[in-house]
Order: sequence, then structure tokens, then C-alpha cells
Amino acid sequence: MGKLLEVNNLKVSYHTYAGEVQSVRGVDFSLCEGETLAIVGESGCGKSVTAKSIMGLIQTPPGEIKTGSKIIYRSKSVLDFNKKQLLQYRGAESSMIFQDALTSLNPTMTVGKQIIENITTHNKVKKNVAEERAMEMLKLVGIPDPEIRIKQYPHEFSGGMRQRVMIAIALACNPKLLIADEPTTSLDVSIQAQIIDLIVELQNKLGTAVILITHDLGVVARIAKNVIVMYSGKIMEYGSCDDIFYNSRHPYTRALLNSVPRIDLKNKQDLFQIEGTPPDLLDPPKGCPFSTRCKYCMNICLEHEADKIVFDGDHFAYCWLYDSRAPKVDITQQNGSEVNGD
Amino acid sequence: MVVKLMAIETNSKKDIILEVKNLKKYFYLGKKQILKAVDDVSFSIREGETLGMVGESGCGKTTCGRTCIGLYDKTDGEVLYKGQDVHKMTGKNRTDFTKEVQVIFQDPYASLNPRMTVADIIAEGIDIHHIAENAKDRRDRVYNLLDLVGLNKEHANRFVHEFSGGQRQRIGIARALAVEPKFIVSDEPISALDVSVQAQIVNLLIKLQKEMDLTYLFIAHDLSMVKHISDRVIVMYLGSIVELTTSYELYEKPLHPYTKGLLSAIPIPSPKIERTRQRIKLLGDIPSPINLPDGCRFKDRCHFSKEICKVERPLLKEIEKDHYVACHLF
Amino acid sequence: MNIEALKDFEIIGCEGTDKNVISRPTITYWQDAWRRLKKNKIAITSILVLIALAVLVIIGPTMRHYDYISIKAAEKNTAPNAKYWFGTDNLGRDLYARTWLGARVSMTVALVCTAIQILIGSIYGGTMAYLGGRTDDVMMRIIEFMTSMPSLLVTILVMLVLGNNMFALLIALSVTSWCETARQMRGLILQLKTSEYVLAARALGASPKRIIIKHLIPNTLGILILITASSIPTYIFTEAGLSFLGMGLQPPDISLGILISFGQQSMDFYPYQLFYPALILCITVLAFNLLGDGLRDALDPRLRQ
Repeated sequence: MGKLLEVNNLKVSYHTYAGEVQSVRGVDFSLCEGETLAIVGESGCGKSVTAKSIMGLIQTPPGEIKTGSKIIYRSKSVLDFNKKQLLQYRGAESSMIFQDALTSLNPTMTVGKQIIENITTHNKVKKNVAEERAMEMLKLVGIPDPEIRIKQYPHEFSGGMRQRVMIAIALACNPKLLIADEPTTSLDVSIQAQIIDLIVELQNKLGTAVILITHDLGVVARIAKNVIVMYSGKIMEYGSCDDIFYNSRHPYTRALLNSVPRIDLKNKQDLFQIEGTPPDLLDPPKGCPFSTRCKYCMNICLEHEADKIVFDGDHFAYCWLYDSRAPKVDITQQNGSEVNGD
Repeated sequence: MVVKLMAIETNSKKDIILEVKNLKKYFYLGKKQILKAVDDVSFSIREGETLGMVGESGCGKTTCGRTCIGLYDKTDGEVLYKGQDVHKMTGKNRTDFTKEVQVIFQDPYASLNPRMTVADIIAEGIDIHHIAENAKDRRDRVYNLLDLVGLNKEHANRFVHEFSGGQRQRIGIARALAVEPKFIVSDEPISALDVSVQAQIVNLLIKLQKEMDLTYLFIAHDLSMVKHISDRVIVMYLGSIVELTTSYELYEKPLHPYTKGLLSAIPIPSPKIERTRQRIKLLGDIPSPINLPDGCRFKDRCHFSKEICKVERPLLKEIEKDHYVACHLF
Repeated sequence: MNIEALKDFEIIGCEGTDKNVISRPTITYWQDAWRRLKKNKIAITSILVLIALAVLVIIGPTMRHYDYISIKAAEKNTAPNAKYWFGTDNLGRDLYARTWLGARVSMTVALVCTAIQILIGSIYGGTMAYLGGRTDDVMMRIIEFMTSMPSLLVTILVMLVLGNNMFALLIALSVTSWCETARQMRGLILQLKTSEYVLAARALGASPKRIIIKHLIPNTLGILILITASSIPTYIFTEAGLSFLGMGLQPPDISLGILISFGQQSMDFYPYQLFYPALILCITVLAFNLLGDGLRDALDPRLRQ
């Protein structure tokens, strides 16, 4: 499996009236063809900005991608694309779907036109060929009566259907990479399940690699192969799905897993709560970003960012607890002992 | 059609604090379009318990919650708070009611006035009901409330836009607690918050309930969180109750096909379970609540639809002890 | 391992840190808007220009201690010089003083009319929105009736009926202008009425009076400021136009419009008599318009970064 995407030392900042907001502070990861990678984190952790950087959607100014950042797509540097190359890349090689389909779709264009627009921007094809392809896409994403629906406007569709339309537009040119930025957050649970199933089905059919950005750990468990846990602009932990859920090493990952209620557990478990709020990105802390909220914070955590510690295979984390000099602690003890449960 | 009143649990020592009988709330949208947001809903809440109300878009849970506390007028039916009709209260009764019954809203960004300081927002109830004796008493109460919800004294003079979502929600909780209520309707209090912050707020609500002996009506669409915090749960679909039981029973033995489908759709944060579970897929989309057809509302998406489902709306019946379902299968 | 390294790796946890500290200083909505306005150089220049104009309007007429009423035939139509900065008109009167006096009248008319428009408009529109239902419908029909008539025609008719004095002018100018403000206020109040914090206040038992004063009005001040900033130049222009046409104030009253009217008559021979009043008029209107644009950007919450 060839490496489809490689991100190295990505640093993105936004210049605001209050100063420089360091949204992404050095992120490295790679993605192979056909793989599903989930990026998990709280709001403000930099996951959406990372996705936008990969798509070449960061407006500079006020954004700034720092020198030293590299985004390599199939051996080509995305950050060095000229306008023409960027146009060819976006929508045809790499596509993105967003959280709110209603605001992401043009309300004055029919759904069919929007799919066709994507096709004709990237391919020189006759109109009827494009129309046929658009119809195919609607069928592929499971929209009933596509001959009628293709002429309708976005507001005539329900939330779940609109999301399907967005997927149809994104996949119209058969991109190798699909970035889904919180695609199901604003949908009802039963519709969410349908959309997630659809993404998996399409991925199998078309061989698309998917980067899924979400804060819903359940969705991650359902479809991700590998998981990145981000916090305050940096990666805290990376591993396979099983690694992250059953063998997580970083206290933040562990805390996140314990703070989500499980519907399948019989006894009422205590919810672990992580105190406080994420740090201000205008003035990020010197050391580990999670240090001020971590039960296992050590003096060194406040001063220096941790080195990368690799566990077996592709599982790594940035945490001082795994340095040879650190005391041995069992972070599975991190349960909601502060709360008196029933 | 009058639904039979619920059998009152005889082994419960606590009184019933809120009783809803055949509540209807319709919105008339003109051109003969009726939105039956709440259509013949009956339930009761006992003192000290947490009743969860769960459902997807259009199920009417928010409308039901707001109608129960009088923020919306009702179309028909009765809501009795401690035996008194909520929609007929006037004068002193109404004033006492607004002190005893409070609301926490969903959107922490829209539910706080951006022009007021945090202290003014929290003390609004205190000001309206003249609870504080003087300015110093008011200030002390505000500080106590800030402390209670886990914020600092210095936050009192700041403005809402300086706070994060979770902190704003805490301010909203402090505002509700300022009047020393007994019953709080939490209308999707955590939906707009980040995952790790949700745990903070839910734990806070649980803690406050114990310390201040509160009763909650907890409205949300996240069934996992509702199950976690609630004693009993109501599942709503397009304005009707489809199932009502304890939170334990709801997961262990769901009876209504919709409940089963809903539970099946919830992704569980455990890859092994996700890979191997059998899923019940609900067909189609949630229909629009405007101009609902006759018969069972769920018939188009149900795998077990029968002839009678097209014609007659099922009544809520007690199938097992403390377990009510509205379905023709039973 | 040395002792320093051991101490580095000692677990200290996170109990001690105050996790809810907000590091940035507190800033109100108005302070934030002012900060944004300050950055807008054009807006600040406009403010300075308007302050200068305000000062001159107050002290201008009496600054040079020249009599601007009595006729001095000997000094008529003199070009601007060291004595008469703006020259004199055809009756020998100091144009500098007269221009500022005219500006004073024009500004007064504009300010008073704006005040009337805002007051009536916001009370009318707010009442419509708050009460809703039938009352709203009836009040809306009245507005629609009033706006269906061309406002210039109405203004002229009022002047014809009430005469050409200041009082009549004030009534005539504001008689139809409050309608648009009422509409805007109605839209805003309707929107605010359904916001969740108003709902929360009702749940707390707030009386309608409290909701209006504490919740609705403070959130409308931004719009009212914008309406003020854009109404004032409109009134100055309209008054000038009316007086120029002879429909507004009449001599011996002075206003910028009257001065421009006279100046226009002797434009070919004594252009300065037209130039200075017109210049003052244009600068005033331009400054208000640019300030209005700047305020709009500063007060728009969506532009907050």
C-alpha cells in the first residue's frame, strides 16, 4: 500500500487583533491508500485547521502556514501548488465534506447542477456525460428517485439526505482522499448511523482513503483503522483503533475514554471529568499542553514538551510518563473517584 | 381518546411533583397546516427523581418541556405542579412557581444576555423576587453560586463572551439555582458542549441534585447520557411517548421497535463490540411533524408494521411493572 | 540519576492550578467596538472633522464679532480677504458668520428631527413587535399607508399648510421618516423577543417591563446608533434642498440651503458666495456618512475575531 498522504511538522497560526493564535503546533502523520484515519479532540484542538491545510483552504492572511511544514500528497508538495494545480487537486484528488450540509450547499443551485459543476471543473466532458454521472452518484449514495431529486434544491431535502448529496458531490470525481469534518455531528442518531454506513460502503466500493474528524468516540470505534488524538494543536497519541481504545497510554486519551457514558455497561459507572478548559492558544504553555489538567503532571511536564515514545508497531504517544526516569504509574486508575456514584 | 392515567407506584415514598395529563401542543402554521408537536402525552415525575426524555428531531421533547413549565401555552390537557394547574396560575401562585421551577437551556451562547455582566445574569432571579436583603447580600449570594458551579469570584464582573461553552453553561446553571428551585427542566444542557466538558456538567448536575434535593426533567437526544443520569426514561417519537421505563430496563429489554432501532444506531466506543454487533437498521427518514397521518406514527419505518398500525394509533399501556409501551405488537 | 532529574519526574498532579482563570482583561461590547473603530482611520478622521465642525458651529457666528444682520451697502460683495474670511454677500453681511449660523440651523434641524424619528420609530416599532397579533397588523397597515405616499410631496404639503417656519419644517421632515425606523425596530425586537435569554428571563418570572428595559433595549442601542449616524446627513441634505427650492425656511432665517440658494443666483460673478456654504454642507454630510460606515463595521458582532 503506497503512502497517499504525508504530513510533516505542520504548523499553522492565525494572526488576530489579540495576537498570534497557534492553532496547529507541529503535527506529523501519514495515510495509506484506502485507509480510514480518525482525528479526535476537543474543539479548538486544531483538527479542523489540519484538515483545511491538507485541502489548501487556509486563507493567508490571516492564516499562516509556517515554513518547515510539509504536506505531501502522492509525492507532490501540496503547499507548493500553484493555482492551477490546486484547482485540479481540490475536488478531484482530495475532497471534503462538512458538518452542516445546509450551509455548505449553494441554496440557489439545483443539486444536480452542483454535482455537475464538480465534474466539469475537473474533467472536459460533454454535458450529458456529466449528467449521467451525476445521476449515478445520487444512486450510489442511496437517494431514492434520483431522476426527480436531481432537479431539486438543497432546502427540499432532509438533513440526512443533504449530507448524502454532499457526499455525492465530493466523490463525483472519484478522489483518492475524502476528508469528513464532523459529518454526523448535527444529525439525528438514526440518520447518523445511515451516513456512517454509507461512508464505509462507498469507501469499500471506491477505495477512497478517509480522514474522519470527530469528537464522537463511538463513531471512531465503528469505522476508524487508525486514530490520532489531538490536544491544543499537537498530537498526544497515535495508534490503531484497538490500541487507542484498549491500550491507550496517554492520560488525556484515557481521560477522554472515561468521560464518555457507555450505554452498554450494566452498572452505573462514574463519569470521569477532566477539570478546567483547554489552554489559550494565544499563549500556549511551555511544556506539555495537557499538563495543567493532568493528574500525573510532573515538574518536567511543565517545562518541556515530551519526546515521542513509540510502543509496539505504529502506536506512539508524547508523554513523560514513559520516560525511563519517570515513576511507574498505572493510568487505568483514572476513574471518577471525585464523584460519588450510585 | 383519553389515555389511562399511569398507575402510581405504591412502593415509592415520594410524592408526585409534576403530573402531565393528555397534554397537547399544536402549532397552527396557516394554510390548514398543523404541527402537532406534542400530541396527547401523559406522565408524572416524583420528587427527587430524574426523568429523562429522549428522542430525535421533531419528537417534541423540547416543546413538551417548555409547555410543562408554562413558557408555551397549551392547546389541551393539563399540567399540574403540586396539584395546581400550571397554565392557570396567577399572582402569588405564579410567582412562587417561577421560584420553584427553573430551566437550563441548550445553547450556552444564546441563553445569556451578551450585554449583562455575569453577576447580573446570575442575580436576575434574586432581583426579580427580592431574595437578597441588600447589595452585599446579593453579592455574597452570587459568589456562593459561582463557587457552587465551579467558577471563580473574579468572573462576576466579566462578560459572557469571555467564557467557553462549558463555563457559560455553568453560569446558566447558577442562574437557575439562584432562586432556590425544587424542580429543574434541563433542556438539552450538554448538546452544544464538547465531549469532555459534558462530563463536567453532568457530574455537576448530579452533585447538585444530591446536595439540594432537586428533581430533574432531563431532555436530551444523547441516549447514553440520558441513561446515565436518569432514573426513568421516556422515549418520544413525533409528539407521542412510545416507551417509558427505568433506564436499566430501557437498555436491557427495549420493547418498542423504535427504541430498539435507536439503541442499535448508537455507536459504542469499543471497536470489538462495534465490529461484531448485530444492528437493527431503521429505514428511511424521520417524517415531518406537519400534518401527520392517521395510525401509528412509526409505521413507515417499522419492520413489524401491520394493518392495524395504519389505522389506529396505539395507546400507552403498562406491559410489565413500570414499563409502558405504545405499540400494537403488545 | 542526579537529584535534579528525580525531582523533575515527581508527580505533582494538577490540584493546585486554577483551571478557570481567564487571562485576558475584561472587555465590554462597547469597549470592543470602540477599539475596532479606533483602528479605522477614516472613521477617526470623520470624528475629528465633526468635532471641529461642532466647535465652529457654536463659536463661529460670534468669533469675529462682525454684525451679520445689518446691511452695509458699502461692503457688499467683497471677495474673501483678511477681514471677511468668506467674503460678504450682496448686502454686505459677513459670510463667515452667516455660514456657521446656517450650519447651526441645519444641524439643529437634523438633530431634532433624528431624535423625533428615533423616539417615535422605536416606541412604535417596539410596541408592534412586543404586542404582536392584531395590534401588529393594524399598526403595520398604518405604516404601509404612510409610506405609500411620496415623502417629498408630504413634506411640501405640510410646509404649505403650516407655513415656512422652523416648527413646520421639523414636523414636515419627520412626519414620514419614522416609518422606516419603526419597521427596523420591529424586525429587531421580533428577533430578540424569541432569543433564549429572554425566554430564560420569563422563566425567572420577569415582568414585561423588566424584559423590555433590561434585555431588549440594550441590545437595540447598536442599531439605533447606526440609524442616527445615517439619518443626520439625510436631514441636512433634505433641508438644504427644500430651502434651496424655497419650500423650506425663508429669509431672514438662515440655513445652508438658503445661503446656497443665494449663492447660486450670483454664481457667475461671486462664486465664493456659493462655494463656502456648499463646501461646509458637503464636508458635514461626508463626515457623517463615513462615520456611519465605520460604526457599522465596528458594531457588527459577526466581524468580531
